[in-house]
Amino acid sequence: MSFDPISTITSKTLVLPAENIDTDQIIPARFLTVTDREGLGKLAFNDWRYEKDGSETAHFLNTDKAKACQILIAGHNFGCGSSREHAPWALHDYGFRAVISSEIADIFHANSLKNGFLPIVIEKSAHQWLLDHPDEEVKIDLEKQEVVLPKNGGTYSFTIDQFSKHCLLNGMDEMDYLADQSDEISTYEANNEH
Amino acid sequence: MKKSLFDKVWEKHVVVAEATSNPATLYIDLHLIHEVTSPQAFTVLRERGLTVKRPDRTLATIDHSTPTIFDADGDPIYVNAQAEKQVNLLIANAHAHGIATHGWDSEHRGIVHVMGPELGATRPGMTIVCGDSHTSTHGAFGALAFGIGTTQVGHVLATQCILMRKPKSMLIHVQGELADDVSAKDIILAIIAKIGVGGGTGHVLEYKGECFDAMSMDERMTVCNMSIEAGARAGMIAPDQTTFDYLKGREYTPKNQAFTKACATWSALKSDPDCHYDKTVVLQAADIRPMVTYGTHPGMAMPIDTLIPEPKDETEGEALSYMNVKAGTEITGNKVDVVFIGSCTNSRLIDLRSAAKYLKNKHVAKHVRAIIVAGSEPVKKQAEAEGLHDIFLTAGAEWREPGCSMCIGMNGDIGQPGELIVSTSNRNFAGRQGPNVRTILASPATAAASAVTGVVTDPRSLNLGSSS
Repeated sequence: MSFDPISTITSKTLVLPAENIDTDQIIPARFLTVTDREGLGKLAFNDWRYEKDGSETAHFLNTDKAKACQILIAGHNFGCGSSREHAPWALHDYGFRAVISSEIADIFHANSLKNGFLPIVIEKSAHQWLLDHPDEEVKIDLEKQEVVLPKNGGTYSFTIDQFSKHCLLNGMDEMDYLADQSDEISTYEANNEH
Repeated sequence: MKKSLFDKVWEKHVVVAEATSNPATLYIDLHLIHEVTSPQAFTVLRERGLTVKRPDRTLATIDHSTPTIFDADGDPIYVNAQAEKQVNLLIANAHAHGIATHGWDSEHRGIVHVMGPELGATRPGMTIVCGDSHTSTHGAFGALAFGIGTTQVGHVLATQCILMRKPKSMLIHVQGELADDVSAKDIILAIIAKIGVGGGTGHVLEYKGECFDAMSMDERMTVCNMSIEAGARAGMIAPDQTTFDYLKGREYTPKNQAFTKACATWSALKSDPDCHYDKTVVLQAADIRPMVTYGTHPGMAMPIDTLIPEPKDETEGEALSYMNVKAGTEITGNKVDVVFIGSCTNSRLIDLRSAAKYLKNKHVAKHVRAIIVAGSEPVKKQAEAEGLHDIFLTAGAEWREPGCSMCIGMNGDIGQPGELIVSTSNRNFAGRQGPNVRTILASPATAAASAVTGVVTDPRSLNLGSSS
């Protein structure tokens, strides 16, 4: 699945401070009967954004200002729960290009990296600053692996798997990389009674 | 160098070693697929002109969007056309690629994590993936099994491999003997409550202790199933004679001499004494009591006979408010609207037998809707052979067709806003079982006891003796 390369993201932030925001909040299971992956942004955080009759709630996520934010700041352990890749698909389609938290759940983290959606785990002090300062313009530099906070908030480095970084910077698909290993895979199969 | 069970299984499956610039390429022995997380992966295959590399290592079933009730003609009543389309697409995709498919016509159809082990497709030492986070269930057999996203489902279909860096390891050591009436579900909820809902992030868990040794495979699957609820992608239990006895004679299990040989190989799949773990957590078995959740994630769990704890932060406060419960009060006695017994966590025979013990010669409270859903066709068949369905039906419970049902509610099996469900499933997230529905996770014993009394009930208070 192809995506646009990421190098820097400069955007105001949207803050969702709750801890353990699970994938059922990001996109409820009842919407997972879809068989394609497009247009899921309207379902992102559905149960926070819509009343039962389909009308919009007063949640900040429904504002144009929110929809212009490319950087989501979330509480600890964001994306826990299911393996549904619909979660990063929905967030990306909503308009987010990155999420910053003090911890991000494993499967959600892996899925995000494969969809041009940058998951950043940052040290607690920087995370707290971001939670305390919504609506500030923050810069993410993927090449330098830095998050630059405004107003003398400082510059914080983050770690990222170097292979994933390469893929994100180049919009590269892992499928091609794996397909290039077909000889090694065949050799493995031959040697392992498979 | 001394190795853990996880080290041994991981190393055996490395096709290309990891380096700073690349993750490991890991070979996958078994790929389970279902209707929810595979359609977009098959689309990618079609778009790129790729084929399924090893259909013989791929197994398909339908479970999430499948109805649990049929009409008078015996046809499933789908929640909507989209769900039916999704189920039919799984079957079409699997057939087109030569993948063994357990659809409506299969006597093995069931929840993917019930079916795989029942078929003997899940075996010790294997790497197993599925686009489903509860794939951790299969770790009960000493397999390295974990959930993946749809992009990786595509990778496995096309190459039988995934790219992954080796996770860290965590030993969960439960020391000593359990008290009576403590189930596998109570143990795993106690573990999650201790390490936290993100405590296992980045780790593969290994469960060690007498209580796991003494468990049946059904119970070990309940434990490993919920590893993901502690944030760990996978949880493992070393295989032993209980594992081998379970597997013997199943469809995919090696037969005769090949089985004897396999058991010898599987016997070596245990952690070396004093091997390294990145983290070790110790619990005392004697401290574990029947557990229930009181909040909106599985880490907010407590012994059923204690008072709801004070929220430690704003998020927990909001969770108590969502659940409409108060800190410092008892959870028992809260009025229950629905009881759900089922899911990949607790829908196997031992779970249904445990529930039946509390429902036998009793009636579900008038205001309670009790729904019991076997995990698979074979579980349903065996339960009926044992007369369990008669106990359930006589008690006024519904006995439905196998599937994920109310655990995830994709098929329309959901509660109404505000309802309180005591559920044997694995997630109590807000809205998981329907918008504004409140979920209490519990064992089959606690769920069945609560169905009878109509309020959240400590099963020990009904004095039926050991629940095992």
